[in-house]
Amino acid sequence: MARQAWSDQRMETIIANLLRAGVMLAAALVAAGGALFLARHGGEPVDRHVFRAEPADLRSLGGVLGGVAALHGRDIIQLGLLALIATPIARVAFAVFGFARERDRMYVTIALIVLTVLLFSLTVGRA
Amino acid sequence: MSAFELTLVLGGGSLVAGFLGALTGLGGGVVIVPLLTLGLGVDIRYAIGASLVSVIATSSGAASAYVREGFSNIRIGMLLEIATSIGALCGAYLAGIVSTRAIGITFGAVLLYSAFQSIRPPRETPCEEDRPGGLATFFKLHGSFPAPGGPKRYCVEHVPAGFGLMFGAGTLSGLLGIGSGALKVVAMDRVMRIPFKVSATTSNFMIGVTAAASAGVYFNRGYIDPALAMPVMLGVLVGSLTGTRFLVAARTRHLRVIFAGVILILAVEMIYNAAGGRL
Repeated sequence: MARQAWSDQRMETIIANLLRAGVMLAAALVAAGGALFLARHGGEPVDRHVFRAEPADLRSLGGVLGGVAALHGRDIIQLGLLALIATPIARVAFAVFGFARERDRMYVTIALIVLTVLLFSLTVGRA
Repeated sequence: MSAFELTLVLGGGSLVAGFLGALTGLGGGVVIVPLLTLGLGVDIRYAIGASLVSVIATSSGAASAYVREGFSNIRIGMLLEIATSIGALCGAYLAGIVSTRAIGITFGAVLLYSAFQSIRPPRETPCEEDRPGGLATFFKLHGSFPAPGGPKRYCVEHVPAGFGLMFGAGTLSGLLGIGSGALKVVAMDRVMRIPFKVSATTSNFMIGVTAAASAGVYFNRGYIDPALAMPVMLGVLVGSLTGTRFLVAARTRHLRVIFAGVILILAVEMIYNAAGGRL
């Protein structure tokens, strides 16, 4: 028995929920990490006049996860920011699936092109 | 300035940035970058990192409301994202080759012109139920959006020109490291004749994707500082969710004036930064 095709509205509702869930998860992590960070370092001066790239543990997923395990506020913030960055990418990935459920081949192709370019620019930029 | 004070100042500024960003489809960079660089003396690279965070937070936060309410047109968004994302790749490639200074000044001038243009509403084009042929029909771009008197239909025109402008917008964002919401809104509103609320909310839906591609790279290069990004993200999110309520009820005429004002400021920032060699 063929499953019924999704309507545009159903897909929009799921995309809206996906975006909201991603942002709320990110915000919860950033807020929790921020509270820890401020409780420990709130009184210390912050000086960002001169650029020093963030230390390795704050700019790679592995480093961030290590810091989160040790309950470092700054790493928990970074994990939240990574969740935030992943949210729009997850939205595009979901669109491929959603348009497939709508049986809209043209837009499956369009969403796949966008996803490919996106993933390509993420990997090329890293080099 | 202590971390605590910095959080309060940045959080407050970011509330405003998120509010304006959600209303105009621009993201919050217009407010965040000068607040950080001119106001707090932060290095431009940290400011770009924080600005990208603000764009993604505004986009995803506000889009969740706009998509649900039927303002953002996800087909228009997805189709045009092909142009913006490939454009952004080309821009990143060109960044080492062309003068960002000249481009920044040109972009500023284009924005100045757009600011004056966008105050005037475009001529209303009738939109019949069965519009024959055309690329917009082929790509199923026509739609409707909530208006006081019930859903209002609209038709999309000039798809190739809009697509081309979106490519240009993407290239600029790759070149200059900025979200190019302003050009996206102008392309949809002025060229493709999409109603302003749909243009602003669809741009808002799109800018998160462009920013996420750059943000991943900048995160890796250590541009994203948690002490700065934390208040920016939280402030912008609250501001943008407030902004979405405002847009739904606002008159289009008022939104146009706010949009024109914000891109006027953006134009001045752009020219100021480019002329001073800070791009």
